[in-house]
Amino acid sequence: MGEIAGWHFQIVAALLFLLGVLGVLVRRNIIVMFMSIELMLNAANLSLVAFGRELGDSSGQIFAFMVMVVAAVEVAVGLAVIISLVRNRDTVNIEDASLMRW
Amino acid sequence: MDHVDDSLRWIPLLPLIAALLSGLWLMFAKGNLPRPVVIVLACGAPILAFAKSLWVVKDLATGFEPGQRYLVDNVYTWISAGDFHAELSFLLDPLSAVMILVVTGVGSLIHIYSVGYMDEDHRDDRGFQRFFVFLNLFTFAMLMLVLGDNLLVMFVGWEGVGVCSYLLIGFWYLEDHNAMCGQKAFVVNRIGDFGFLLGVFLLFWSFSAAGVPTVEFREMALSIGLLEGKTVQLPSWLSFLPGFPVWTLLTLACLCLFLGACGKSAQLPLYVWLPDAMAGPTPVSALIHAATMVTAGVYMVCRMSFAFSLAPGASATVAWVGALTALFAATIGMAQKDIKKVLAYSTVSQLGYMFLAAGVGAYSAAIFHVATHAFFKALLFLGAGSVILGMHHEQNMDRMGGLLRRMPWTGWTCLMGVAAIAGFPFMSGWLSKDEILLSVNLAHDVPGHSALYAIGVLTAGITAFYMGRLWFRVFTGENRADPHTQDQIKEQPSWILFPLVVLAVFSVVAGWGTLPDAYGDQFFGIRESNSLHYFLNHVAHSVHHEVDHSTEFGLATFSTGVAAIGFGLAYLLYYRRKGLEKQIVSAIRPLYRLVYNKYWIDELYQAVIIRPLLAVSDRVLSRVVDAKWIDGFGVNGTARFVVASAERVLKYAQTGLTQSYVFVMLVGGIVLIVYLVGGA
Repeated sequence: MGEIAGWHFQIVAALLFLLGVLGVLVRRNIIVMFMSIELMLNAANLSLVAFGRELGDSSGQIFAFMVMVVAAVEVAVGLAVIISLVRNRDTVNIEDASLMRW
Repeated sequence: MDHVDDSLRWIPLLPLIAALLSGLWLMFAKGNLPRPVVIVLACGAPILAFAKSLWVVKDLATGFEPGQRYLVDNVYTWISAGDFHAELSFLLDPLSAVMILVVTGVGSLIHIYSVGYMDEDHRDDRGFQRFFVFLNLFTFAMLMLVLGDNLLVMFVGWEGVGVCSYLLIGFWYLEDHNAMCGQKAFVVNRIGDFGFLLGVFLLFWSFSAAGVPTVEFREMALSIGLLEGKTVQLPSWLSFLPGFPVWTLLTLACLCLFLGACGKSAQLPLYVWLPDAMAGPTPVSALIHAATMVTAGVYMVCRMSFAFSLAPGASATVAWVGALTALFAATIGMAQKDIKKVLAYSTVSQLGYMFLAAGVGAYSAAIFHVATHAFFKALLFLGAGSVILGMHHEQNMDRMGGLLRRMPWTGWTCLMGVAAIAGFPFMSGWLSKDEILLSVNLAHDVPGHSALYAIGVLTAGITAFYMGRLWFRVFTGENRADPHTQDQIKEQPSWILFPLVVLAVFSVVAGWGTLPDAYGDQFFGIRESNSLHYFLNHVAHSVHHEVDHSTEFGLATFSTGVAAIGFGLAYLLYYRRKGLEKQIVSAIRPLYRLVYNKYWIDELYQAVIIRPLLAVSDRVLSRVVDAKWIDGFGVNGTARFVVASAERVLKYAQTGLTQSYVFVMLVGGIVLIVYLVGGA
């Protein structure tokens, strides 16, 4: 095992992000899609922190905190949306929420 | 060094404030202001403005050297774009000084008179206050017009008096006819205004071509020499045409400006609105005709004298149109029966004189006639109003007569006005008219100047005739009204008589400050260098003729003689031998009918312009262009196209599937990143 270099982190982050994208695009369960979004956010966080450490600049880390706050807020709003969806339609399948269309 | 006086703005502001106070009250409060308050506001504002005008004009006349007489008040920068600047600013120089004194002075008297006149009006309980709002607004607009320091401020006033005349002429709007007359005045004036605007643009273009983009009068006058020898740059898409000299453009600009003046000042061929403007209350006629609106055109030509004096073609046009209008309107005046119509045509005719003067380069004589005309024409209109009130809204002279006994104040003051306009020696009108005729006679460089002079003198004779006719028919002989009306004729209250007396005095003496040396120096020891001409000469670029006194006497005697013949004829026909008129009329019946019907000019316009225009508007413009092309193809077509294409294509964008949205977003994001990264 050699030293863990900066680009290792970036590859992990990219893989994580791709996983998230795939999840959002492919899965129909809205909760799973939500978790996939979290995955993308964390990929971004990882990338930010890694860059921050590599460049010796703390703003990357600070931005990661920022993203966490936004993610928390997003979860709060998103869960509310999901709960009202479940109450009204009795489903967590995103394709059943396609009322706004032609 | 600039001569600044920050208080000039109060002269137009005072009437505006009065109009706003009174007008806003009328709009937002339920009832009227108490009458005394309306009267104080309405008359106070112009009187204060008059006092202020006297004050600043005194400063102007005494405080500066003759060539340096001007005061400027910059209120704020109105437009500032690139190297073009237009200030909202006021300019007091000898020319505007004369005008503001006339506008506020005669205007105040008319306001006072209106209190007496409108008291009678019971058609509309809010009418009294409404009338004074409009009247004050009119005064404000006219003061903006004459005090404006550049063409744009002048244009604001120019349009302002147009709107106010519309409001006032159609003041008794409950009768359709009156509203129509107001519209006619407005629409005819629009034609002139279009010319005026074109003139402003052309002038601006020519000055820009010379490198001084300005619309300010003083700057234009100072830099007009720069225009010489310059050629106009055409826009690039016209560059295959040769450029043409700025002088040509200047002549064109002057002609356009003069078209504007024709509209405002009721000259051929745009005079038709003015006789119909008689539909408004009589004080309005007096204000429009004497002190304000119609003199605006003359004032504007004199204000632009620096341009006109360099455009001989345009000036000759002005002179000829003026002379022909003077003669044409005077002949119509001979046959009219309505007392106000006679005066209306007389105004058109007198304005023709003013343009004749301006056209031969005698700008100061033109303004002199504007000033004296303001007094005697206001007097005549107000007198006619008093007669109309006395006769219970009878305007037909066939049913008047013998009023001198019942209404002596009105009768004698009117005689002063008649004498002034007819050219009784040493009356104000005589002096100003002779001044014009003298200048025309000496203007050898104007094409056909002797014909112009002949027309002028002939018109003087006709003027004396129809004014004499008016006075004899109204004030002498037997009263021809029905017995019931006859019993009620009585002199008017002092609200009405006071302005009449003041105006009568001024109709007599108003010219005495401008006596030419021929009489002034010889009889009264007044040198011409103290006179109005001298005061005006430095602003209006008047041509000055050296003339010996015997020529001046000879010409004056000649024109006075012609006027005396005209007046004598009126005396003969309408006082001495009344049967004679009928014989003459029947002898020349076709000619009489032609004149009586005003040469059928209105009918001609109706047939040649209005009816074809209406037909084209209705059949082509309305039914085809508007209904089919604009509405059908343009507006509805666009809407139909949008709906149809959205239905067929765009609806697929809205799947309602979250994941397809996310996918599009992702693709978009990738494209954006590739573009940004690849681009950098």
